[in-house]
Amino acid sequence: MRGRFLQTPEAMAGTAILVLLATMALAAPLIFPGDPLRIAGPALVPPFQDWTLPLGTDRLGRDVLAELFHGARTSLVVGLAAAAASLAVGAVIGTLAGFAGGLADEALMRLTDAFQTVPGFLLALAFVSIVGPSLSVVVMAIALSAWTGPARIARAEVLSIRERDFVAGARVVGMHPLEIAFREVLPNALPPVLALSSIIVAQAILIEAALSFLGLGDPNRVTWGGMVAEGRTVLRTAPFLSIVPGIALVVTVLGVYLAGEGAVESAAVKKGLS
Amino acid sequence: MTRTLRLVRRRLVGSVFVLLIVVVGSFLMLEAAPGDAVDAYVVSMGGDAGLVEALRHSWGLDQSIWTRLANYLWALLHLDLGWSVTFSRPIRDVVLERLPNTLLLMGSATALSFFLGSALGIVAGARPGSLRDRLLSTGSLALYAVPSFWLALVLVIVFAVDLRWLPIAGIETIASNKTGLARAADIAWHLVLPVSALGFIYLALYLRMMRAGMAEVWRQDFILAARARGLPRRRIVLAHVARNALLPLVTMLGLQSAQMLGGSVVIESVFSVPGLGRLAQEAVAGRDTPLLLGIILVSAVTVVLINLAVDIAYALLDPRVGANEATA
Repeated sequence: MRGRFLQTPEAMAGTAILVLLATMALAAPLIFPGDPLRIAGPALVPPFQDWTLPLGTDRLGRDVLAELFHGARTSLVVGLAAAAASLAVGAVIGTLAGFAGGLADEALMRLTDAFQTVPGFLLALAFVSIVGPSLSVVVMAIALSAWTGPARIARAEVLSIRERDFVAGARVVGMHPLEIAFREVLPNALPPVLALSSIIVAQAILIEAALSFLGLGDPNRVTWGGMVAEGRTVLRTAPFLSIVPGIALVVTVLGVYLAGEGAVESAAVKKGLS
Repeated sequence: MTRTLRLVRRRLVGSVFVLLIVVVGSFLMLEAAPGDAVDAYVVSMGGDAGLVEALRHSWGLDQSIWTRLANYLWALLHLDLGWSVTFSRPIRDVVLERLPNTLLLMGSATALSFFLGSALGIVAGARPGSLRDRLLSTGSLALYAVPSFWLALVLVIVFAVDLRWLPIAGIETIASNKTGLARAADIAWHLVLPVSALGFIYLALYLRMMRAGMAEVWRQDFILAARARGLPRRRIVLAHVARNALLPLVTMLGLQSAQMLGGSVVIESVFSVPGLGRLAQEAVAGRDTPLLLGIILVSAVTVVLINLAVDIAYALLDPRVGANEATA
């Protein structure tokens, strides 16, 4: 499995990026202890000038490299938490809709349609602005706009699974319909839903970044989007302040996509062989 | 033609339910937000406690939640979206004023990503698995990984700050008094950077879909037949493979419209384009929840209409669409 997973250079690059990022996120408090938002030196030191501040400082004299490390934490935490939440909500709603059928299915699918009709980013923006910006609210806001994809896929899977013999068997032995839905059907419907996870993590990281860029991120945490916004005020004199965190975002999201594609491809190969 | 009409009727009925859910959802968010319409009105127009009491009563805000929901729906039926504190004007007027700019930005960006994306998709899908295909597929994925606001800033740094080729922000030159074609050219010039920032990111979707569709078509028998007939490869690629893979991309146009609208929020804020997105940000800054929800409602209606148009186009392009739906 592992050997096959790392077969393509794309998948290898993606995995390497993710490992590097996870290390950065985990090591951030060890390498850069204390508040990354504190002032570490003179303002606007350019990168590669002072080796105690390798990437220089921002407009307020904060250490850019320390911010970058701590920002990795926020991006990864939000990306993973939002993806987990949307996959869970989507899988449950999709299973209920597909398994119940009839009016419940119709109602839940119209609900899904409604959430897909409202631009996800606007919904997240409105939710955060009404409830107030904090990390958990941002996660909820992203999940609110991202659960529809998993719900549709789960429903489609459940529709085909519920006609199988083992489900009929479970009915015959008198299992409660909800028990059948969540213990027998849902686990079998999960693989194609999970195949969406890399896309959702990547989109969640991008939405979080955009929210932070617009000033709706958690104000007590370093976010890459917030760093870009901060750098924007000195775009003419110190463009690196917005460019550096943006590169971090691109590399992260690309890593998630590439590793995800590799995983899906290797799963497909495995399935084809068995 | 009746087939298309039936499809439209079916979609319209579905859309009404969907919009109703959106409206109820937006009502619930409005209820959850601190302050109500009277607070908003008094903040912008002034008034004492007596007026507040009288307004609450006359606007029905002292009624039960169901009556308030009914009032809200009734007002929406009359296209009354409420009052904006930030602008001291009816929300409908403010939103409708900004909508055209967003549609222009969205439409141009969609056209850019659709045409360039599918053209590059044909190049990639002409030989699936080739080096050119891999480079284009991975390259477009890299572009898809770029945050739109950051791409926008990089474009500004390069083309507006360093090279000074293109304007840095806004939708037209202020107080230039241009009219007609000169004004249109001015607006187009201002839109080059925002449209590129938005359009290049979503290019990957069309490229990859085109490529995947073509890889699928290559395996089919009629391609083998076309090869056996000795048709030139170029003709097979364009007239047979690409042509059959193109149709699903049209559906993507509709599905993508909500995301494009969301994407334009950020792009408009970077380039100060006075559209819906910029307005949403102003609503957030002014804690103007009714305005924000008004924007959401108008975008939902826009998305529904775009999808309806795409469905009709699809039904006209593909005779199979709707044929099964009529019997189902």
